[in-house]
Amino acid sequence: MRRFARRFARSRSGVLGAVILAAVVAIAAVAPALYPGSPFRRVDRPFSPPFGPHLFGTDVLGRDVAAGIAHGARTSLTIGVLATAAAVLVGTLMGGLAGYCGGRIDDLLMRTTEFFQTIPTFLFSILLVAILAPSVWSIVFAIAVVNWPTVARLVRGEFLAMRGREFVQAGVCLGMTDARVIFRHILPNCLSPIIVTGSLIVATAILIESALSFLGLGDPNVMSWGFMIGAGRTFLRSAWWLCTIPGVAILLTVLAINLVGEGLNDALNPRLRR
Amino acid sequence: MTEGTGRGGFALRRLLQAVPVIFAILVLNFLLLHLAPGDAAQVLAGEAASATPEYMAELRARFGLDRPLAIQLLLYVKSILSLDLGFSFRHNLPVLQLILGRLGPTLLLMVTTLVASVVTGIVLGLLAAARAGSWRDTLISILALVSYATPLFWVGLMLIVVFSLKLDWLPTSGMETVAAFYTGWARAADIARHLVLPAITLSLFYMALYVRLMRAAVLEQADMDYVTTARAKGLTEARITLSHVLRNAVLPVVTMAGVQAGSLLGGSIVVESVFAWPGLGLLAYQSLFARDFNLLLGIFFLSACLVVAINLVVDLVYTLLDPRIRV
Repeated sequence: MRRFARRFARSRSGVLGAVILAAVVAIAAVAPALYPGSPFRRVDRPFSPPFGPHLFGTDVLGRDVAAGIAHGARTSLTIGVLATAAAVLVGTLMGGLAGYCGGRIDDLLMRTTEFFQTIPTFLFSILLVAILAPSVWSIVFAIAVVNWPTVARLVRGEFLAMRGREFVQAGVCLGMTDARVIFRHILPNCLSPIIVTGSLIVATAILIESALSFLGLGDPNVMSWGFMIGAGRTFLRSAWWLCTIPGVAILLTVLAINLVGEGLNDALNPRLRR
Repeated sequence: MTEGTGRGGFALRRLLQAVPVIFAILVLNFLLLHLAPGDAAQVLAGEAASATPEYMAELRARFGLDRPLAIQLLLYVKSILSLDLGFSFRHNLPVLQLILGRLGPTLLLMVTTLVASVVTGIVLGLLAAARAGSWRDTLISILALVSYATPLFWVGLMLIVVFSLKLDWLPTSGMETVAAFYTGWARAADIARHLVLPAITLSLFYMALYVRLMRAAVLEQADMDYVTTARAKGLTEARITLSHVLRNAVLPVVTMAGVQAGSLLGGSIVVESVFAWPGLGLLAYQSLFARDFNLLLGIFFLSACLVVAINLVVDLVYTLLDPRIRV
């Protein structure tokens, strides 16, 4: 663990990303204490400019933008992490099964993932959320559905490469059950690329969530950055901060996660180990 | 076998491979139709209230909604394959006609974006790789990183603030100045002016992707034996890069660009709704608000077909670029 931390610390951009991400997580964690009550409630007259009585000003209905940013961080991170967890779980299971069993299952999975690469996936997520009615769960579901094939393809490739290795064949010869070979011997060896891909999917998920809520498909009960930008776009000329600030929040968060992902890649990738 | 028929045979094989994909999209559409709230006839009719009871009854009969699901699927597929995508009461037009009318602007935006992002991606990637580690490389890499992390709709809004509201250089929305009644070249120039901001917005994200791919590909090629040979022959570095490395390094970018067609269409929904660009994406956005699921499903089906067609074209371009590929 300490060796890993040292390797990660070697990438300066990775550390920068980790610091920004830690700040976003901290803001999300303390949001209810910092801005108690609903971020949707009215606190002041509308269009109060930023850096006045309210850090980031107020919007058209007199809602505190800073409170929205803090509560929006919770929404973005929660949806990003939940959707990624689901995508990684399903993708690993399917990819592992296909890579280990091969044959028909493998064919079927490959056709399925190719299918998902072909269809306009964002339009598909929009359809899913619109039809299931917008809520945190339908958004998580829609994002996971379009992201699991990436993980499945990756895990399949890793499993395929591992299956022929001596230590796996030795395990099979010793009479281990398939489950034991898969979970105790192959999977731990594939964890690094899964973690790296997973971290990048969190970033993608946050971008998809923001686009969905910008289009008006966000959960109406929780504050989100995309929703704030969508609500503020009518006042682009008169109240620049309504769109700018949530956008910077998304940009910083996604950038930080991407940097961390790259740092993880450098630290975990055995080929680059010096 | 001559080269021509080889390519033709390849195209035909790829065309046949597209059939199961189209069928799978149809099944998916059918499932979504049944997942939607209300019975399928209500969904097919768009807003149930605006459809006449006769039309609803006709829909129920035509899609056999009282019969087993398998038969319903068959009837649905049959109806779509005869290019009947239903009727949108909100727009008072058949869905197919609506979609085809919006296809042109979307294709214009997509092709412009594809060309712009691939070209700038290749040029910037090449520039970054030529002096890896220099400040130029760092600058380009940072630009790519930031573009890759920015939500499309936000880039669009910020570009509007700067170039339309503050500088007043470019129009904020729409595809042309309808009231001006331009014709011929004047109209083309007007459309081009409207196209600049949406195309830049949509390009930035993909450009970032191609810059990183191109940079990695060029650096990978730089260690190859053929580069050493070229250098030993006494060719200049510029010549080596432009006529030897470039051609090989471009391949992964073209592959990626082909795969991205579907994602590009998704991105155009957001961009079109920001710039009120009258394409498929804006239509999707509007039907979302009108709760016109059938129109949305129609857009999904036809845009998926469009992506299949684009992938086919990209594969053919690929065989032209790399004659070794004869799958």
